[in-house]
Amino acid sequence: MLMKGTAARMGVMKRVSLVFKAKANKALDKMEDPRETLDYSYQRQLELLTKVRRGVADVATSRKRVELQMNQLQQQANKLQDQARKALSMGREDLAREALTRKASAQSQLDELQVQYAQLQAEEEKLTVASQRLQTKVDAFRTRKETIKATYTAAEAQTRINEAFSGISEEMGDVGMAIQRAEDKTAQMQARAGAIDELMASGALDDAVGGKRDDIQSELDMMSASSDVERELAMLKGELTAGAPKQIEGSAANGGSQGAQQAPAAQRAEGPFAPPPPPQQYAPPQQNQQQADPAPQAPQAPQTPQTSQTPQTQQTHPAGLPVADLPADQQDGDGS
Amino acid sequence: MIVRILGEGQFRVDDSVTAQLNRLDTELEAAVEHGDEAAFAAALTSLLARVRAEGSPLPPDILEPSELILPAQDSSMDDVRKLLTDEGLIPG
Repeated sequence: MLMKGTAARMGVMKRVSLVFKAKANKALDKMEDPRETLDYSYQRQLELLTKVRRGVADVATSRKRVELQMNQLQQQANKLQDQARKALSMGREDLAREALTRKASAQSQLDELQVQYAQLQAEEEKLTVASQRLQTKVDAFRTRKETIKATYTAAEAQTRINEAFSGISEEMGDVGMAIQRAEDKTAQMQARAGAIDELMASGALDDAVGGKRDDIQSELDMMSASSDVERELAMLKGELTAGAPKQIEGSAANGGSQGAQQAPAAQRAEGPFAPPPPPQQYAPPQQNQQQADPAPQAPQAPQTPQTSQTPQTQQTHPAGLPVADLPADQQDGDGS
Repeated sequence: MIVRILGEGQFRVDDSVTAQLNRLDTELEAAVEHGDEAAFAAALTSLLARVRAEGSPLPPDILEPSELILPAQDSSMDDVRKLLTDEGLIPG
């Protein structure tokens, strides 16, 4: 209780320094001969130096790995952007959307990595500075150690040894914590980097870099390869569908007041594509209509639906649909 | 007086600044006790800024223990608690 109260009034700064001192004292107390402490401590310092240098190298390795992944992700994002553009130009909005979705995923990974990269870089710098500082202190300690050993007896040396030791011990504690922190960050980073490697290998962000499962690219390639065939097919379809409606239009227009002008054009358009028999069959009625002669005997659909001839006309007519529209047209025709 | 900021190194600070540092340190400690993360971050930042502003870095070849040791800039409140209870060695 009293201890706690005292500690509370002492403040954080003092308490932390006491923790450090306590640790140093504990280490000193273990030694029979204080001069032993010097050599033992020096060995520990050299070990720590090795450790901190290895720590700097580990962080640097980790940073380079992140850098590599950032480059890969950037390439993927660029490629997916190109794929989206290409897909869109081919009229494949679905593919473009898929490519952009993957690009967004790659981009968000990239953004996270950039933050991590900055952290690693800062950690590397801090550790490098700490390593250099420790090296200087270790050198100073070695000099001091040799002086103390050469100058003083064990009893006389005690105070000076304690000073030198607690000075370096504090530095070692600080550097030790810095290494621990860097190791933690590096471990986190490696776990994340591993996850991103897996993600890239899985094809979730895929593209030609991995080459394994670039479905977007293969679909685009396929589309390019078959585009000639598709274009020809589309052209043929267009010709066919252009032929049929015009035929209907032609016959339907015949009933209109402008039928005489439209019909010849329609006939020309039908030309080679229309099946040979129908034109021959319909030529007479069309010609009749073009002349605006209401020919009751002609087998034409425009005739009043009520007449007994209508069923026959409808049977021979290639398309029954226009018939429904015809009465209106017919009325126009009658009016003119 | 020598003050260490963990992760940064040691600074020699004039004793006249001690009162200021102690005041900020009291705020820091209160924040830790009350678990007030925002107050903790603010107090730690001011405290470290004061030390950096008032102190001069100690040459690295000097082997002297620090009278005061401050947590690193990026310490969390949890880090500081661990620091204070390290091995349960907080002398009275």
